[in-house]
Amino acid sequence: MTIFQIIFLIVGVVILGSAFMVVTTGNLIHAALWLIVTLFGVAVLYALLDAGFLAVVQVVIYIGAIAILFIFAVMLTRKEMRDRGRQTSSAWWLSTIIAVLTFGGLIRILQAWSGFSKVSVALPSEFDAVGLLGNALISPDAFVLPFEVASVLLLAALVGAVYVAFNQK
Amino acid sequence: MNFWTDPVNFIARWLMGLLTGWGLAGWLASFLIQLIGVVVLVSMMMLIDILLVWVERKVVARFQDRLGPNRVGPFGIIQPFADIIKLLIKEDITPDGADRVVYNLAPILSLMSVLLLWAIVPLAPVIFGVDLNVGALYIIATGAIGTLSIIMAAWSSNNKYALIGAFRQVAVLVSFEVPMIATMLIPTILAGSMSMTTIIRSQNVWYVFIAPLAAIIFMVTAIAELGRAPFDMNEAESEIVAGFHIEYTGMKFGLFYAGELMHAFTFGGFWAILFFGGYRFFGLENLGPIVAAVILLAKAMFGYWVIMWVRYTVMRIRIDNMLSFSWKFLTPLAFALLMSTALMNVVLRGTPGVIYVAGMLLTNIVIGWIVVEILRRASRRGRESIDKPIKRAVAQP
Repeated sequence: MTIFQIIFLIVGVVILGSAFMVVTTGNLIHAALWLIVTLFGVAVLYALLDAGFLAVVQVVIYIGAIAILFIFAVMLTRKEMRDRGRQTSSAWWLSTIIAVLTFGGLIRILQAWSGFSKVSVALPSEFDAVGLLGNALISPDAFVLPFEVASVLLLAALVGAVYVAFNQK
Repeated sequence: MNFWTDPVNFIARWLMGLLTGWGLAGWLASFLIQLIGVVVLVSMMMLIDILLVWVERKVVARFQDRLGPNRVGPFGIIQPFADIIKLLIKEDITPDGADRVVYNLAPILSLMSVLLLWAIVPLAPVIFGVDLNVGALYIIATGAIGTLSIIMAAWSSNNKYALIGAFRQVAVLVSFEVPMIATMLIPTILAGSMSMTTIIRSQNVWYVFIAPLAAIIFMVTAIAELGRAPFDMNEAESEIVAGFHIEYTGMKFGLFYAGELMHAFTFGGFWAILFFGGYRFFGLENLGPIVAAVILLAKAMFGYWVIMWVRYTVMRIRIDNMLSFSWKFLTPLAFALLMSTALMNVVLRGTPGVIYVAGMLLTNIVIGWIVVEILRRASRRGRESIDKPIKRAVAQP
């Protein structure tokens, strides 16, 4: 077992454990904090895979923006901040079936996958992942269209948010 | 390779030989050496941090025409150690109804978010933790952890002032992060990389001469990010007592305080790296890595001094003014600068150095002049719109 496999196993256990805590803990803020641990674990996985850009972006966006937005939504919408709601909704049986089916399907797909025994190839030292990603995002035969569509969509969302929040007197 | 040209790798290689000589496995030995490196770097930063308490108190004393600490040791330099002993022997109080785990975790995360930043600071060409190719984004990412620690501290304290402080601080952080990212992209464009080492290496002319406005905006947003005066909404004493760390006593408060000072010093360092050539100083850095590290720390201290200078001379800004300052002034200006720098960088590429620097500087001056002109008109319009109703009221009877 290499050191990378050991780190991977530890991180995997942390991710699964904290993800379990997200859905089982009664306190909403605690759930959000556990979610941050999960997302951070995913960032560590990206870092292990030499995807430094994705790892950092994961922290910036998911922890710096989305998780903090969650916490604020909880803080500003609940009267009682230590509020403990019911853990399950009335459709819990439906979601159980969907979860089991999805997990079964994933296992079935992964059984046919041959990537488990592959060893990752070390990248050459001059491999510029960020540069390649940047070029791919703006080159016409790669991802320029989805990239631009996504930015227009985000701009529309921004304008929409301003319009909704704008208090017309 | 000897000690004077590459001290860190020299010691690392020596330790590697020693540890493998003892029969340790290679990966374990390299892991231990990395760990030792981290511990040494963090300890060094914490030692500097202790000194920063003294520096801060001496400088604020000068600004306020006082003497500052002067009883313990020569020039009061032992004072911070006395403070630490005081903080350690204080009673550790956890408020009723506090969320214990989160409450105790918050100060640790706060200091951690600052120390993490030093992983990417190149102290010298051969002394750095890691040369990340996403260095500029990494600064923002660790800032996210700092924000998180403030929210955790405020929420777990079960105190309304703490919560108000956190709400304000996050509003400030979220809005000032936007111009900060935009200005950090300017050295990135000029150097063609987000790696701190590459940014320093490509500064044959300091970027403060190529992008002076960006340097100023970065400093302003850094002060806001630090939550220091004039942007200290998170702990505005006259309004919310001490903000998010109101309930913390002893060393837990000490961690927040140390984190704040270290954060200011660190952003002074990043200001130096991004705009003042980092460890470069007229070829003096070639004398050896230790000289280069001293140069970087001296420049960081200069940045820290500027932050203190602003802190102790400018009054706190009201929060609505602060947010509109960010969204209506800094953000558009930062993006205009980003676009013009990118454009001029392409236009002037390949011209001789002097013309390139002069062209860039001229672009900045023109943009600065336009900004001042717009601001003048806006403030005149503001004055006139306030004056009108008063005149009408006087004319009515």
